[in-house]
Amino acid sequence: MNPFQFTRVTTPKAAITAITKENGTYFLAGGTNLIDLMKREVIIPERLVDINKLPLATIEKTATGLRIGAMAKNSTVADHELVKKHFPLLSQALNAGASAQLRNMATVGGNMMQRTRCPYFYDNSMPCNKRSPVQAGPDKGQANGPTGCGAIGGINRMHAIFGTSTKCIAVHPSDMCIALVALDATVNVSGPKGDRQIPFSDFHRLPGDMPQKDNTLQPGELIMSVDLPTNRFSDNSHYLKVRDRASYAFALISVGVAIDMKRGTIQDVRLAMGGVAHKPWRLTAAEAFLKGKPATEANFKQAAALAMQGAKGYGENDFKLTLAPNSIVDALKTAAKTA
Amino acid sequence: MMKDLTNPPIDRIDGRMKVTGGAQYFADFDLPNTAYCVIVGSEIARGSIASLDTKKALGAPGVLGVFTHQNMPPIPGWDAPVGGEADGPAPKPKTEETYRILSSPKILFDGQPIAIVVADTFERATYAASLVKATYTKQPTRTDLHKHVSDGVAPKGAEGGNYLRGKADAYQTAPVTLEANYTIPVEVHNPMELHGILAHWTAANTLMIYAKTQGVNATQQAMAQAFKLDPKNIHVHTEFMGGGFGMGLRTWPQETAVVAIARKINRPLKLVVSRSQMFTLVGHRPYTVQTINMGADRDGKLIGIAHAATAETASYEDFTEATVNMTKFMYACPNVSTRYRLVRLDRSVPIWMRGPGEATGAFALESAMDEMAHKLNLDPIEFRLRNYTETDPEHNRPYSSKHLKEAYQRGAEAIGWKNRKNEPGSVREGDWLIGYGMSTGTFNAFRWEASARILLKADGSLTIQSAVTDIGPGTGTALTMIAHNVLGVPVDRIKVEYGDTSLPKAPTQGGSAIVSAVGSAVYDACTAIKTELAGLALRAGGPLAGQQADELTLADGVLSVEKEPKKKVAVSDLMQANNLTVLDKTKDSKGGPELGKYSMYSFSVHFVQVRVNPQTGVVRVTKAVSVADSGRIVSPKTAASQMIGGVAGGIGMALTEEAIIDHRFGRFVNNNLADYHVAVHADVPAIETIMIDKPDPIINPMGAKGMGEIALIGFAGAVANAVFNATGQRVRDLPITPDKVMQKLA
Repeated sequence: MNPFQFTRVTTPKAAITAITKENGTYFLAGGTNLIDLMKREVIIPERLVDINKLPLATIEKTATGLRIGAMAKNSTVADHELVKKHFPLLSQALNAGASAQLRNMATVGGNMMQRTRCPYFYDNSMPCNKRSPVQAGPDKGQANGPTGCGAIGGINRMHAIFGTSTKCIAVHPSDMCIALVALDATVNVSGPKGDRQIPFSDFHRLPGDMPQKDNTLQPGELIMSVDLPTNRFSDNSHYLKVRDRASYAFALISVGVAIDMKRGTIQDVRLAMGGVAHKPWRLTAAEAFLKGKPATEANFKQAAALAMQGAKGYGENDFKLTLAPNSIVDALKTAAKTA
Repeated sequence: MMKDLTNPPIDRIDGRMKVTGGAQYFADFDLPNTAYCVIVGSEIARGSIASLDTKKALGAPGVLGVFTHQNMPPIPGWDAPVGGEADGPAPKPKTEETYRILSSPKILFDGQPIAIVVADTFERATYAASLVKATYTKQPTRTDLHKHVSDGVAPKGAEGGNYLRGKADAYQTAPVTLEANYTIPVEVHNPMELHGILAHWTAANTLMIYAKTQGVNATQQAMAQAFKLDPKNIHVHTEFMGGGFGMGLRTWPQETAVVAIARKINRPLKLVVSRSQMFTLVGHRPYTVQTINMGADRDGKLIGIAHAATAETASYEDFTEATVNMTKFMYACPNVSTRYRLVRLDRSVPIWMRGPGEATGAFALESAMDEMAHKLNLDPIEFRLRNYTETDPEHNRPYSSKHLKEAYQRGAEAIGWKNRKNEPGSVREGDWLIGYGMSTGTFNAFRWEASARILLKADGSLTIQSAVTDIGPGTGTALTMIAHNVLGVPVDRIKVEYGDTSLPKAPTQGGSAIVSAVGSAVYDACTAIKTELAGLALRAGGPLAGQQADELTLADGVLSVEKEPKKKVAVSDLMQANNLTVLDKTKDSKGGPELGKYSMYSFSVHFVQVRVNPQTGVVRVTKAVSVADSGRIVSPKTAASQMIGGVAGGIGMALTEEAIIDHRFGRFVNNNLADYHVAVHADVPAIETIMIDKPDPIINPMGAKGMGEIALIGFAGAVANAVFNATGQRVRDLPITPDKVMQKLA
């Protein structure tokens, strides 16, 4: 690990000032991903701004739903009574992620900011456009190493089947974010130009020509909280995570389902997938198809087929073209309790 | 023969120390003025270093030196390859290339040390290591065994020879035939404790070493050879080990390098490698492809088996293991042939990993047995019983003991085998398919030479001394039970001192052999003490004069006449009366020629129940029963723990473990514990262990055979067989990940 400066701040304003002042400055929250990246010298910060003292860990009811502070720990959110009661999908997704020790450290904001687990990103001797972007040159604080995409034509069993580019086929690794995108969350951020709200589905981005950018945050912006609107999904929610071992493994495929059911008919539904794209992947076409239809396996299969339009495999991950629709049907059946 | 154990099973004697931080592992030792080193590894797998810039590292704070092929201090014994013939239970045949650490710019494997950076703290050494920059001249890289399998060569030594009993092609003419290919990926031991060494030259020619080794005497020997020292001047200490699984079965080149650098800088020097270096510097289970051809008649009698295995090894050293051996003696089959080949790749050299080659081979043989049973429409246990053999068909001699039939029966009862349907894919619970599978495991039961010293004090306390290292199975606990059993000293008055070369010589902890080897020495030394005590009591004028030696019993510090308990003498009184403060016996123990008349093996049977989700391909082991036929069980609790650990390891081998290489670069892509999946709690169900616990009358005075390896051997096959029973689909390439199962069912 390289030498770096360390500052601790206690107000969001000070945090934003501190990160805006100098390039190569990173916020340090739970540190469960950043410290790994620093040890591997994938990220070499000049300065860390410790935001653990910010008063942003509150979970509270609002007029329209629930507000979760960016510094709330993953385990705290997962175990929170209001979350378990009204947003069980989020609780399930959080508990499907990482390990108990990591969930005790990781924050909501940090979870949103975690980098891909693509092995080429983590090994400075291997080509990676995300770590070593072609056009822009390495950002200050970012390691270099060869450019190119090691995963295309390489080991890509874990990689994306939707929204890829010729520059990058990495996937976003979070489970929590699959639930948040499904539940129509909104991200509240604060920055040098003031406060703004970002719909969760617009927070992360596809790689395109700039795989080094994971999200749409502007320079100096700090995640303050996440808002969840009230919903009628709490009786029929399910987070399915298909992975190589029963705990502490990233998703091969994950599916978040939330259904508003009335007498066997789907009034409304939210569907999102993890392990398939550079961002949490919302299945809007499948949702539109299912709305108003009976919760039958035949309808689930048709919805899954719609969801898979445009999917593309890269060799080792071709199995996802089958596993993904299978998982969508499986998760829908479980959520609808027709299984 | 040792009597049956009369006392209840005892807890692990060092359990409390281990969980409260009292046990000191090699890296826990701190010496004044210790320096720390960090290894910089090659980023290519074949080629040479074009340039190596160490300037920045040398200028970094606290740096004491950067050692590369350009300035590595000499190792006087380097006329033999370091870490080659000098150590390990088996000599390694030479290949055309040699690897000597930091001796040339040539790169033979990914992660090969290109520099060792030394600093006054670990953190500073780590930082300085990141400043060492190398450029390389790459050469075409061969790391893919599948691509180069036709380059297989027969290794020198016993494993290289082809075996033939009867006719090699007999299986072809059988009424029912089977041909199947099985693959085992690279697996990495990944014990929790990282590998390393602390070396301290206490004088010009004397050396103190704390190391992560499974054998202190082997490390002593290797260092004596490397540095041309009298072994007496080398002191090696490894009392505890945070898991070995085979990675500490030899002295690795970087250990020797650390000792050389410690001498050069004239300070104690400590190395603890990183987790990713555990994948390249301390061996692994070799990638192995196997083909089994099998033929049987319609009554389920085997007619012929041909078993061929090809494994990877390094370009610079042939590593061999007994992958095809089980096939030679497991079943009563008149025609058996085996073949074992190595392909030399641009990879670091493998090493035995728990169960070693036998676990690899058992996966293939026991999967094939299951496949054949299915073809014959026979219950897999019934098929095995129809080919059961009471004598070893390979050597034409009796087994020293074999209670495998009983193991089949007891395991089948415990798992609920009667609920298994022979028709695969026929049991469903909701969306999940249920299946049962079983498999046999076997491993040599060894009796190696070992020595131990017993000190019985007049105060009734007893000390056991042996150089053997306890790598985790509970060696100290087992030795305590043996001494307790012979001398009747209460277990809480027994102390074990081990893991140090100042103690009586013992073999390396490996091959499931330690209870048999060191336990026999303890037994012999305790028996000698008992004989001496009896002699003192029985002699003219002694307190039990006139009695017969075989009438005496010894329990709780009292020597008495068995049928007349009133005739007795306290051991302490007896010793005092003879002016003895301590009775001190050292015994060297090894088996006699009678051992050669028998084939000695431990056996195991593993049973599992699995649930398979046909939509996602997810496999869950929901129940596991492992049965051990390993002679007399000396320490029931630690024995059961070994079986439980074997099952956890077996689930990893079956379902999750695989070190993945990008063959374009020859580098691992999952060299960390997040992405290399060992089984976690959630993968491991309740495990039932069953011990047949019948003494082997031949192998040693305890009648105990080893169980470390058989706890794992065969387990992966049981899971694969259960997945087949659940789904009707056969996965022959480990690990059985969801994608493989799902695609077969799609």
